[in-house]
Amino acid sequence: MTTTGSDAVTIAADVRAGRRRALDVLEEHLAAIDAREVDIHAFNLVLADEARAAAAAVDRQVAEGRDPGPLAGVPIALKDNLCTRGIPTTCSSRILEGWRPPYDGTVVARVAAAGAVSVGKTNLDEFAMGSSTENSAFGPTHNPHDLTRVPGGSSGGSAAAVAAGFAPISLGSDTGGSIRQPAALCGVVGIKPTYGLVSRYGLVAFASSLDQIGPFATTVADAALLLEVIAGHDPMDSTSIDRPAPSLVASIGEGVEGLRVGVLTELVDAEGVAPDVRRRVTAAAEALAAAGAKVDDASVPAAGLGLSAYYLIAPAEASSNLARYDGVRYGLRVDAANTADMNAASRTAGFGPEVKRRIMLGTYALSAGYYDAYYGKAQQVRTLIIRDFAAAYERFDLLLGPTAPTTAFRLGDKTADPLAMYLNDVCTIPSNLAGDPALSVPFGSGDDGLPVGVQLLGPALSESTLLRAAAVLEAAVEEER
Amino acid sequence: MTREDVIHVATLARLSLDDEELDRFTVQLAAVLEHADDVASLDTEGVPPTSHPFPLVNVLRDDEVRPSLDRDEVLAAAPAVEDRRFKVPPVLGEAP
Repeated sequence: MTTTGSDAVTIAADVRAGRRRALDVLEEHLAAIDAREVDIHAFNLVLADEARAAAAAVDRQVAEGRDPGPLAGVPIALKDNLCTRGIPTTCSSRILEGWRPPYDGTVVARVAAAGAVSVGKTNLDEFAMGSSTENSAFGPTHNPHDLTRVPGGSSGGSAAAVAAGFAPISLGSDTGGSIRQPAALCGVVGIKPTYGLVSRYGLVAFASSLDQIGPFATTVADAALLLEVIAGHDPMDSTSIDRPAPSLVASIGEGVEGLRVGVLTELVDAEGVAPDVRRRVTAAAEALAAAGAKVDDASVPAAGLGLSAYYLIAPAEASSNLARYDGVRYGLRVDAANTADMNAASRTAGFGPEVKRRIMLGTYALSAGYYDAYYGKAQQVRTLIIRDFAAAYERFDLLLGPTAPTTAFRLGDKTADPLAMYLNDVCTIPSNLAGDPALSVPFGSGDDGLPVGVQLLGPALSESTLLRAAAVLEAAVEEER
Repeated sequence: MTREDVIHVATLARLSLDDEELDRFTVQLAAVLEHADDVASLDTEGVPPTSHPFPLVNVLRDDEVRPSLDRDEVLAAAPAVEDRRFKVPPVLGEAP
């Protein structure tokens, strides 16, 4: 869906050199939004006026001989759980409808400082809880490749916005696969960075020990560029890694000669992985081998326990994080005779069914008598998963597997059965539990002609290696065409 | 997980569920917990728990005064305000 010159690297180079005006670039993208947003619903809010002002400011900087930065004039879409000062931030929830944050999230400030132009806030599953964007209080997003299909989730709006050409890049958040799975289903690149590489300050919390912000893009180079801009230490996030931000773009073309790649058995054979998806993983392994990588089968036995551990840990953290929505300081209040009743009335009216389900599950897993059996056990399993990954990374530089079990499924197909929906995350969850980086890169299509993404996983802070391998796969699939 | 468990947990979580929701959640939560049995039934004797993937300890900063959020801007987002404070209904008992 991309045309030549529509990628972020090209746009930024052209705008910085004065060959193109940021305002013209923006108008092209606003026209695309005008044409197709009514069918896709990628956005909760389009910021046309604010974007025009920001683009005009970029053009002024260029005219005055100042460099607007590495994302000069590049339109960007922001997931609507990223705080934007004075601009509504809803998390696709009734409970935050109309709330205007009094501050910008760190990533929001960083992309603006790099010259990017925010075009809007994208739709998501309410509070990022879901795998299809159908849990949004404001209606689902549709997959640009087939409007009867879901875009994946929870960052479905951010993935669809990039796939539809509404913006060349976007930001999402990934707690159990919420960047990688929609990237796979929409045919774009999506990265979940190492936990702590990107500041979470101003990301509305879902499960704090798992949440991580990351980029979507149509090309591997664009994803690397955006990650370079948002990565790095931030004193406002105490879990932020205190090291210099890595250089990612410069090494992207270095190839995979001699790299040891493990095809991760537990992901390839995971519950529900379709044969056409499995075939694409095999093809990706062959492409990496053809480029000089040493490919073999790999095993991370405890990864098989990931889904169960995740659906105890993430809801437990969510039940605690979402206790803040009590109708007192911001968001929805439903009045009642006393504060306790007001809290319950506000939460009951403000949260949708999936959020209530997760709060209930998490409250149960943390409640007296069940804590040790569920939450405590899940945290121990998390240790086992970390150990097994560490053992695998003694033999391999990176691991390969599917991103999602299937191509995009139909809207409504899985809404009645939460467990069936949760199984979409089976391949992506282990990286969140381990805190390690992983990305999804488009690698051809399934039997139904819809995009398939393959996943590359690596040890902490291996983003540069993952991006090199992703660039090899990107080139290989281009050659296949 | 029984219907009584669901009622108890809803009270802890400050959620009011109707009969239909109670029935549905009882079935759905039981299904998720059944799937989680592979974790719950695992022998993890001696395995330390992980609460954060990167064990950063004692993250401190200098004790310097710096700007915080603007009070009026924060209060502007509140459902009810009185005397530049958040206002809530009575905490104990019913309203007069």
